[in-house]
Formats: sequence, structure tokens, C-alpha cells
Amino acid sequence: MNLRRDVFQAIADPTRRAILLLVASQSMTAGAIAANFDTARPTVSKHLQILTECQLLEQTQTGREIYYFINAKKMKAVADFIEPFRNLWDDRFNKLERIMKTYKTKK
Amino acid sequence: MERKTKLTAGDGQQDLLITREFDLPLELLFKAYAEPEIVAQWMGTKVLKLENKNHGGWKFETSDAKGNVLFRANGAIHAFVPNQKIIRTFEMEHTPFGVQLEVLEFIQLTEDSSKLLMHVVYESVEKRDKMLQLPFAQGINMAHNRLQEFVSNQKNNNV
Repeated sequence: MNLRRDVFQAIADPTRRAILLLVASQSMTAGAIAANFDTARPTVSKHLQILTECQLLEQTQTGREIYYFINAKKMKAVADFIEPFRNLWDDRFNKLERIMKTYKTKK
Repeated sequence: MERKTKLTAGDGQQDLLITREFDLPLELLFKAYAEPEIVAQWMGTKVLKLENKNHGGWKFETSDAKGNVLFRANGAIHAFVPNQKIIRTFEMEHTPFGVQLEVLEFIQLTEDSSKLLMHVVYESVEKRDKMLQLPFAQGINMAHNRLQEFVSNQKNNNV
């Protein structure tokens, strides 16, 4: 249960989603990934750590370099999951409730 | 804040059920669906047409800040029973999702609270599942677009 929440926290961050997209096309080293972002290298490392911890990314060592690649199975589990859809409606309904509460006060 | 929106989507079925309880009297909840200006506010869309009557129609259009149309949707209103029920169809134009049938029931809980049941039936299991995954895919696409923007800005800076 906790793990699932972690996965969604992981993909809630735009930089981490961008990292997943980058790595989706080919496995990359941390340095190559960081080169695509304005953010400081340690920040990118932290993002990579979070993505690895919740198993969206996996690592493989080739010589001295560590390459990151997508865990396709885990990504599919996330993509199949309907939480973002529920969130969309929850946001809309929260907005509806707020608007109508003001409407009530105005009246 | 407690999350009150519930979504039920059975595996391998072509429908889904969205339920939500509101801290609003039934009349106010229904008004949020009946008044075009209010619909526009909470749906974040332009309401081009909203004929709230049996055999009526509706049309929404959403644009970005630059005025480019992002999204157009339309449908027929099959039944409109104030403070009780709306039955309508929903179709996003130029998308592969097909037409969906929506049955909305508005229920009074107490004087100050109400409940909405939204039953949505899709053309097929596949179309329902695609629609369910859309917000996730859009999140990924937005990240992708930002990435592309960033990359092309980098290129321009280098020129």
C-alpha cells in the first residue's frame, strides 16, 4: 500500500517524469541524464534515487559506469492504475463545491 | 481534507461509477450542472451550448492561454429532471474514445448535503480503459512537451 503511494509521489514530480521519458528511449548514466536538466547534479541524483527506490528505474553496471533503465513492468502497473483519473474528478468536484459555497453566501 | 470522490471501475467491464458527496444542499449541487456560467467555472471550459431539456444538446470548448483550441466535446441531453437526474451522451471530438452514455443522479442526504452518482457507459472495455489512462498519459505528455521546449531553447541559445 505504501509502495503504491510512493510510486505516485515519484511520478507526481515533473522532473522525475521527464527523467522517466528520457530513460524510456535508451538506458543512460546519471551524468548523461543530468546533462539534460538545469538542476544541480545532486538534485538529479536524488530524483534517480527515488525512482530507483520505488522500482520505476533499475540499474545495471557496465565497466565503471552505472546505467539506468526503465522497469517496464512497474511502469505498466502505474499506467494501468486509475488514480490520476479519480484525481481529475476529485479536483473538479472540489472546485464545484467551493464555487457553490460562495454562491450560497452571496445569496 | 478528506477525499470524497469514489471511482469504481470493474476489471474487464465497459462502464464506471463515480460517486461524490457534497457539503451542499441538493438544489445548489444541481444548479452547478444546470447554469452554463457555473459549469464553465468548475469544468474550466467554455460552454458554447447547454440546452437543459429532454432532447437538448450541449457543446464545450477549451482553449489554452493563447486561444488555441485544446479540446472540444459535445453530446445530446436525453433527459433532464431538475434536482433528480440528467441522462446525456459525451463525445470528445477528433479522439478515438467514442461516445459515452452518462447517467447522473442527484440525491439529497440532509438539508445541507447531497450526493452525485455518475454512471458512465463506454462503447467497449478497450475504450473505457483508454479513457481511464488518459490523465496519466497527459501528465507524461506535459512533461515531454516541457522537455522538448527545453531542448529546443537550448538549441536556439547555442545558435
